[in-house]
Amino acid sequence: MASKASASSTPVASPPGPPPPPAPPEPPQRVADLSPMAEEFPDGTGGREHREKITRVVSAHINVRARLLEIWRSRELLVYLVRTEIKVKYKNSVLGLVWSMIAPAMTLAVYTVVFGVFLKNGIPNFVIFLFSGLLLWNFFQTGVIAATGVVVNNAGLVKKVSFPREILALAAIGSAGVFLFFQICVMAIFMVVVSNAPAWGLMWLLVVAFIPCVVLSAALALLLASVNVYLRDTQHLIEVLVGAAWFWACPIVYSYQGTVAAKLSKHGLTWLFFLNPMTPLVMTFQRVLYAKTGLVRLTTVTHPKEQLLPSWGPLTYVWADAAVLGLGVVLFFIGMNVFGRLAGNFAEEL
Amino acid sequence: MAINAVEVQEVSKRFRLYHEKYTSLKEKVIHIGRTPYEDLWAVNDVSFDVKEGETVGILGRNGSGKSTLLKCICGVLQPTSGQVVVRGQLAGLLELGAGFQQDLSGRENIYLNGSMLGMSKKDVDRVFDDIVEFAELEQFIDNQVKFYSSGMYVRLGFAGAVNGDPDVLVIDEVLAVGDERFQRKCMDRIRLFQSQGRTILFVSHSPDQVRAICNRAVVLSGGQMIGLGPPGEAVRLFRETLLEAGDTLTISEHDAPPDTPPEAGAPPLEYGNGSTGSPIVVAPVDSRPVRITAVTARHPGTGERNYLLTGEPITVRVEFEASSATNGVVFVLEMRDTTASMLLRTDTDQLDAHYDVPEGPGAVEFSFDSIPFLDGEYDLVVGIQSKLGGVQYDWQEPAAQFEVMNPGKAVGFISIPHQVAMVSVASDAR
Repeated sequence: MASKASASSTPVASPPGPPPPPAPPEPPQRVADLSPMAEEFPDGTGGREHREKITRVVSAHINVRARLLEIWRSRELLVYLVRTEIKVKYKNSVLGLVWSMIAPAMTLAVYTVVFGVFLKNGIPNFVIFLFSGLLLWNFFQTGVIAATGVVVNNAGLVKKVSFPREILALAAIGSAGVFLFFQICVMAIFMVVVSNAPAWGLMWLLVVAFIPCVVLSAALALLLASVNVYLRDTQHLIEVLVGAAWFWACPIVYSYQGTVAAKLSKHGLTWLFFLNPMTPLVMTFQRVLYAKTGLVRLTTVTHPKEQLLPSWGPLTYVWADAAVLGLGVVLFFIGMNVFGRLAGNFAEEL
Repeated sequence: MAINAVEVQEVSKRFRLYHEKYTSLKEKVIHIGRTPYEDLWAVNDVSFDVKEGETVGILGRNGSGKSTLLKCICGVLQPTSGQVVVRGQLAGLLELGAGFQQDLSGRENIYLNGSMLGMSKKDVDRVFDDIVEFAELEQFIDNQVKFYSSGMYVRLGFAGAVNGDPDVLVIDEVLAVGDERFQRKCMDRIRLFQSQGRTILFVSHSPDQVRAICNRAVVLSGGQMIGLGPPGEAVRLFRETLLEAGDTLTISEHDAPPDTPPEAGAPPLEYGNGSTGSPIVVAPVDSRPVRITAVTARHPGTGERNYLLTGEPITVRVEFEASSATNGVVFVLEMRDTTASMLLRTDTDQLDAHYDVPEGPGAVEFSFDSIPFLDGEYDLVVGIQSKLGGVQYDWQEPAAQFEVMNPGKAVGFISIPHQVAMVSVASDAR
């Protein structure tokens, strides 16, 4: 916007201390700049005149739109923070990133032995059923729990460096996403090994369920990360609530159709079960990856036949997931608002 | 003509000082509604504009709100009321290397730090080699930052920030890092930034630095802006606030406040431009035990001339008035050139002269046998302080001037007696 041509062409009396760095090939627009300094420092004035200047306002009252715009501008920082967290996690370990594959692989192996040998429940490929729900749940749980403590744990950064603080919470969700990717890889290998095909035609439903999950996690991340600065109990409370209570409210270890559906409808409480926004998302993953909708023959005597998945059409899943998305978006804006209100005093509370 | 790069608009920042801090749920419930706290206005209704390309210093003694104001400008803190408008990319150097990840290498940290300063990967790629070279860390760039020495750490921090492409650079007392050579390099880089028309906001404890590089300076005291003006005047006002602090110290030391009533007739000092409202001016302090009343520079032997020639003597007479008998008084004399560079600083303590002044007027004289300066006008700065230098009783700058004319043909700053002779090369080589 503002031309700096006049200022930049002012020569300086004393040349700076360091010898000029080996000059990289200069873009043509710098040729006209005859200032000795600009030649010595190719990062100098030459390119500056053409850059658009962003106006930023620091105030206690910034609307959500302006802050969303700032987050968008800092998207590269988000990527760096996610990369940093993953790098730091496996720094100085010999196997490095391989560990993020080994962990879910070990879990799968142990589950296979436990549920295939010791705790036989008779459901064929129960491990696949369990792990397809667990995939999405792990993403949600690690993301939300990590995000809750993220502002407090990065106090040094928050107190000294200026950047949209929302990025910190979102980065926690981002790195949970990276670990989800590794888990999916392991899951895919496992499914090939036990030759259990997913419902190929419904693969797109995974995306339909994943997007609401991201929005929901981000919303909770913003909300909890900011509240935790003022109320440090949040972190411990969330570990218990999400890790234990919420987990068991979702049909992951047990199946909705096989275990609770009949009892719930008898008491007219089906709606209560589906108030949990994670339930439809987890069930969508199970539907696609486990893919057995009909009756499965059990090898136990007490339950000779059982249905693990409801016989819903794909549209039912889409509608259920869309409802969660709607809830997620509303929560996200509430989260942005709360975060924005509380973020102003982060630096003094930490 | 010039656009404002930074607009500070009626910014106030309140801190709540809780006498006890309750952060857990249990404590919050137990003490609900009755957490004792005090309000502290760290910054109180401060407004000023910084034009594009300008370098503005912020002066103020400890606890005057400098750092809080700077944090508000950077966006680390949100002001309680008012707002700050920043045009262009801002790079804040509140603490060098604050954004570094201990476990990452210097290389990775440069990229991380760059993205925190709002640079894209391409931007960082372009200046990466400059950063490494500026920080002098070519050898260690792939080592983890946690193994760096503190000097290497801050060098990398400074290099990362100044080699970027910020429009506004905010520096908080971080220039006192590294060895002297690195400090000079930092100052050179700041001068380069100025020449490129970038805006700099600069906090320093050193009035000399402010005088040397700033176009204007803001003086803060107790969270309020008490002055805004040319660096020389701002430094003078800043010294006034320091003197005020020194006085309270003196009183508690001697345990007997001198009971001189404040004079109402003293004209209020006025600094600042019209756009920033009316800055509150420090009241002249009249309770100093020893005050400078007059400073004169006499040059005997110059006759009618009001200047002296290089090599001629000069006598500086400092007249003072003691409102109470004070022991261990030290008189300080500085000579500065027109760019405010200090040429000489001497004091009576250095000269092994111990003075206990009785109540009433008095005078000391500094005599110089020969002034070696070549052409120029020189300022005399005079101060009176306690024996250990902890309490400043008075400080005047510039207290007086003198002018020197060079009768010879030598060019430069000082005259050094020298001879020249032709020597035979043949007789020298053996």
